[in-house]
Amino acid sequence: MAEIVSLAEAVARAVHDGDSVAMEGFTHLIPFAAGREIIRQRRRDLTLIRMTPDVLYDQLIGAGCASRLIFSWGGNPGVGSLHRFRDAVENAWPGPLQLEEHSHAGMANRYVAGASGVPFAILRGYSGTGLEGLPGLDGQPAIRSVTCPFTGERLTAVAALNPDVAVIHAQRADRAGNVQLWGITGVQKEAVLSAERSIATVEEIVGELAPEPGAIVLPAWVVSYVAAAPGGSHPSYALGYSARDNDYYQAWDLISRDRERFSRWLAEEVHGEAGSLAGAGAGEGGCGS
Amino acid sequence: MNATGAAAPVTADPAAFTADEMMTACAARALHDGMTCFVGIGLPSAAANLARATHAPNLVLIYESGTIGAKPDRLPLSIGDGILAETADAVVSVPEIFNYWLQPGRIAVGFLGAAQIDKFGNINTTVIGADYAQPSVRLPGAGGAPEIAASCREVIVVVRQSRRSFVERVDFVTSVGFGDGPGSRERLGLTGAGPRKVITDLGVLEPDPATCELTLTGLYPGGSVAGVRAKTGWELAVSDSLTVLQPPTVAELTALRQLHDGAG
Repeated sequence: MAEIVSLAEAVARAVHDGDSVAMEGFTHLIPFAAGREIIRQRRRDLTLIRMTPDVLYDQLIGAGCASRLIFSWGGNPGVGSLHRFRDAVENAWPGPLQLEEHSHAGMANRYVAGASGVPFAILRGYSGTGLEGLPGLDGQPAIRSVTCPFTGERLTAVAALNPDVAVIHAQRADRAGNVQLWGITGVQKEAVLSAERSIATVEEIVGELAPEPGAIVLPAWVVSYVAAAPGGSHPSYALGYSARDNDYYQAWDLISRDRERFSRWLAEEVHGEAGSLAGAGAGEGGCGS
Repeated sequence: MNATGAAAPVTADPAAFTADEMMTACAARALHDGMTCFVGIGLPSAAANLARATHAPNLVLIYESGTIGAKPDRLPLSIGDGILAETADAVVSVPEIFNYWLQPGRIAVGFLGAAQIDKFGNINTTVIGADYAQPSVRLPGAGGAPEIAASCREVIVVVRQSRRSFVERVDFVTSVGFGDGPGSRERLGLTGAGPRKVITDLGVLEPDPATCELTLTGLYPGGSVAGVRAKTGWELAVSDSLTVLQPPTVAELTALRQLHDGAG
């Protein structure tokens, strides 16, 4: 049953060194405040999982939290490269980053299998691509094939994802810990249901969840921790609460481009006073521009 | 009659538009009204939105964020831009957009960009360099493109052309065009027909029906075969029926610039 705690306590209790951590939010409702809290608590050796390791994971990778990454698209959306991600892959800075790489369809189906309690998912995908031959984190082929027992057709098989922890951001929770999100809901429901533990940060905690068109509700009994983090998806957005801060994504390109500037951002905006304020929900962590 | 009024001339002064605008207008014209189109962000999104704003008002735009029938009045800045969800006919989850909508071949055209493309229309957005483990440039990766390229009934690629981007063989096949040539798609069990057109800032390439090799079929006003060949990393074949394509109309240019201005 979900416990309503502070973000710092949720991260301290749910995310441990060496864990596999899936932070989801597909271009919307990205759990940035939770990411900064993981950096602030100096978690190490994480296996980070995310379809789109955008600015969120650029921050965690640059901060040295991750040893491994499972993903399908690693760019700064609408801007270009992820410089910290590239520096880790191309130059092993601040340390080596082992990759397991998929397509979006493959990742989405891996979460579905994990949420469904089955060991793999099938899809029509990857055929003829270079991704087919790449190893998974265990060195074994990550993309395999399976023969349909009914038709004999060969299909692609990908292993279920069952992370230690899933972290999402949502619009609201009620005081019982039921979590409600709407708009582009991506793969968050599957991520939470596939994981051993979960954290949902929310814009606000309300007495009662009012119905919203197309909303997903994650009942309190499938969520481990709920933490209020108003503005916690900035610089992405929470439909109905905030707009995407496109300037931040542009500014990130400059902040992340060199190690020194990034390290200064880390010291000032995450570990420094501005970062602490953001963690308490009193600010949003400036972009330094 | 067009969107900007009856007095507008049919075509614009060639000096008054850029190569990117020519490319985007040309890509927009490849989409027909009422089509379903799975849209990648960047150049493809600009072209798809231009088509909707001009000759194809009923074009159904589908983005991998799960927005079906999005009707933005400015260019979305990412595939998850709020305007896509707010104007969509339906918003579905990411597993659903790939499994229920893309995979069974429901979508007519996939509209993709590329970092590298080869003569068989294979696309690389993963790594530059021969060794995957030691890339000279790490690119973003696959995203939705491999399955869009596999399962849409056909594919249109929009990409700026250079010797770096147009290569004999891509360093890494992220999304399959015609694989090794004729018969590859069938052997791989890919259900869609593959690339129909590759539209660049220099002209239009289409696969030769016999060899599957990308062949120059359209030039822009003022362009030359030699100019395109100079920016192609393989021995580029030229179609017998090479045509010079119409420049953007005033209506197209006005609509495109309004879409960009709205994106601020």
